[in-house]
Amino acid sequence: MENHVKLISGAMVTLAIATASLVVLPYLQLRHEPPTPGLKPYTEVQLRGRQEYIRQGCVYCHSQQPRDPSQAPDDKRGWGRPSVAGDYYYDRPHLLGTMRTGPDLLNIGARQPSPDWQLGHLYQPRAYTPGSIMPAYPFLFEVKSEAGPGDKVVALPPQFAPAGGVVVATQEAQDLVAYLLSLDRTFPALAPLADASPASK
Amino acid sequence: MDIPLLLLSSFIIAVTGLFFFIWSLRRGLLDPDAAGAKVIFSPGEIGRVEEPAATGVGQRELQRTMTASHGEPDADELQARLAADASSARPAFVLLGFAVFWLLVASLAGLTSSIKLHEPDWLTQYAWLSFGRIRTIHLNAVAYGWAPMAALGVALWMMPRLLKTRLEGARFAVCGAVLWNIGLAIGIGCIAVGINDGMEWLEIPGQVGVLFAVGGAMIGLPLVFTLRRRKVEHLYVSVWYMGAALFWFPVLYIVAKLPNLHFGVEQATMNWWFGHNVLGLFYTPLSLAAVYYFLPKVIGRPIQSYNLSLIGFWCLAFFYGQVGGHHLVGGPVPEWLVTLSIVQSIMMIVPVVAFSLNQHLTMRGHFAALKHSPTLRFVVLGGMMYTLSSIQGSFEALRSVNTVTHFTHFTVAHAHLGLYGFVTLVMFGAIYFAMPRIVSREWPYPKLIAVHFWLVAIGFAIYFVSLTTAGLLQGFAMLDASKPFMESVRVTLPWLEGRSIGGALMTLGHLAFAAHFLLMALARGPRRSGAAILRPLARTA
Repeated sequence: MENHVKLISGAMVTLAIATASLVVLPYLQLRHEPPTPGLKPYTEVQLRGRQEYIRQGCVYCHSQQPRDPSQAPDDKRGWGRPSVAGDYYYDRPHLLGTMRTGPDLLNIGARQPSPDWQLGHLYQPRAYTPGSIMPAYPFLFEVKSEAGPGDKVVALPPQFAPAGGVVVATQEAQDLVAYLLSLDRTFPALAPLADASPASK
Repeated sequence: MDIPLLLLSSFIIAVTGLFFFIWSLRRGLLDPDAAGAKVIFSPGEIGRVEEPAATGVGQRELQRTMTASHGEPDADELQARLAADASSARPAFVLLGFAVFWLLVASLAGLTSSIKLHEPDWLTQYAWLSFGRIRTIHLNAVAYGWAPMAALGVALWMMPRLLKTRLEGARFAVCGAVLWNIGLAIGIGCIAVGINDGMEWLEIPGQVGVLFAVGGAMIGLPLVFTLRRRKVEHLYVSVWYMGAALFWFPVLYIVAKLPNLHFGVEQATMNWWFGHNVLGLFYTPLSLAAVYYFLPKVIGRPIQSYNLSLIGFWCLAFFYGQVGGHHLVGGPVPEWLVTLSIVQSIMMIVPVVAFSLNQHLTMRGHFAALKHSPTLRFVVLGGMMYTLSSIQGSFEALRSVNTVTHFTHFTVAHAHLGLYGFVTLVMFGAIYFAMPRIVSREWPYPKLIAVHFWLVAIGFAIYFVSLTTAGLLQGFAMLDASKPFMESVRVTLPWLEGRSIGGALMTLGHLAFAAHFLLMALARGPRRSGAAILRPLARTA
């Protein structure tokens, strides 16, 4: 090959094809996809919690994309129906995730609707799930000798509670739990479009 | 419109076009003795080994593994090469220095996150050390620190040699490297305190990313200037890979970081278009460029089939860009997109086989050289890992395999086979070759090179086998609805510990490498024969 102009333009053409197929076409196809009926926009607290989810890197161990029952038993684990594009209408940035070191969370709000469970689990996952390898998040909580007015006290099993004090959830922990509880796509999906359905056979 | 039919026809047209394009670029396509492959040698140099990382004895032993050389290399050409090396020494040194620094940061962050996966209550008091952040620091220190700094440093150093000219505008590259690394330090700091854009591979905030754009452009400029001042008619295969990669990366990064454009599921497809292309269209071509240069250079033998490399290059350029959708198999994305990516993932076998065959045929009969050349050991092993990781990746994209491996540690092991087994090992080899030329000094402790090699080779073998096993066990447990989810966690634990052991060995190897690099840079350690062993000619330089 002697011509560097030919080299670079050829290289840019191949990248343009790739960009067209993986970015531009999905953009055009999904741009007018409406939210799934029943999906509500996030509230301000939930959005702050979503930001906390990003700050702590929850996405590196938890997916938010249950697969079709024909592919994997995600539904049997209580993770929910296969998700569709409309379920993510309000998601910026997307948090689909790529790992299931922990379970899928797209419907965690329906599966574990108790804020007390969620807070206690964030403080010490092994208090609720023996053998869990999820990190504890003590820095999202404060240990006080006694709760002040308006403090959200975390109920913990006695052997995990600190001696001589109470565990109080910070605003960040409460926001995060508000977001987790909002994760509930148990309403039915629209009949999937012919070309926009998840892998279903 | 029937999208599958549309895709199928466009695919056929494109592949036909691709082969027509390759045909149009051929020059004696079936000629086994292509002149292009000899561009990296000066007249009379073929058959003569070059290995600055070996000791004097090692060099003689290495030469003995070759058939005798045909004559004396052309003195003018060698003088010109010395001038080329001198012109790139400073910027290459700066970039490689940064690369080694980030390698250490990344190793420590990676080891910490690995241990945290089986010791979840270790160091939990500090937010910046929590798994979600330190793992991300590891990834970004590799993805924007070690890998691009090493690859671009090596590219800056190779380019003037390949074009037989001086590096033009070296100062831009030095300034660009400083800007880039300031950006990276800020970006890593942002992740540590929890400011991040929320997408894998793209965590560093877009505002900081501007520094990457400016710094990266300044590093790229000298390469473009030099390309225009070339004194060779023929562009060697390494130049194609480097030239294309330098133009690909900015497009990827800028499109990915365009604010307020991407949304929901479309953002996910964009995310993996970027995530996979930064591997496939940036680190991979830069590393292949290094293999295509150093392998024939060390053994003094042109690559076997120059045309195979031409086919390999254009197939990679064409197929690799579209494989990213295989990260979303079974996800809420358009079915056609996933299918397209699976097809292209399988098509990637073509360029990979072209490369592997070429590497093997070039090395055939010369494997004894591995014993004497540190550069060759790293580069050849790295090249083999490229073959393995690419073939593995192609099959991993198939729905049946992906159903098991998706969402598991298997994917992480695969990613390390590519970015560590291939890219990192090749870069180690390249640095061992280039540094003695850059600082005009030998590696002070040749034994440390061997220590480095065996630590990372054994460490990585343990790492890969452990994590692959963990991923498979995890995947099968998760597909079995009769087992509770926690079973899929429990089965991985011993293997996650194994991964930490492998990772610790790799980190030790990196410490040995970094210490050696530092000693060399500071001119410490024993001198055996100074720069003289580099080449007879260097005595006068």
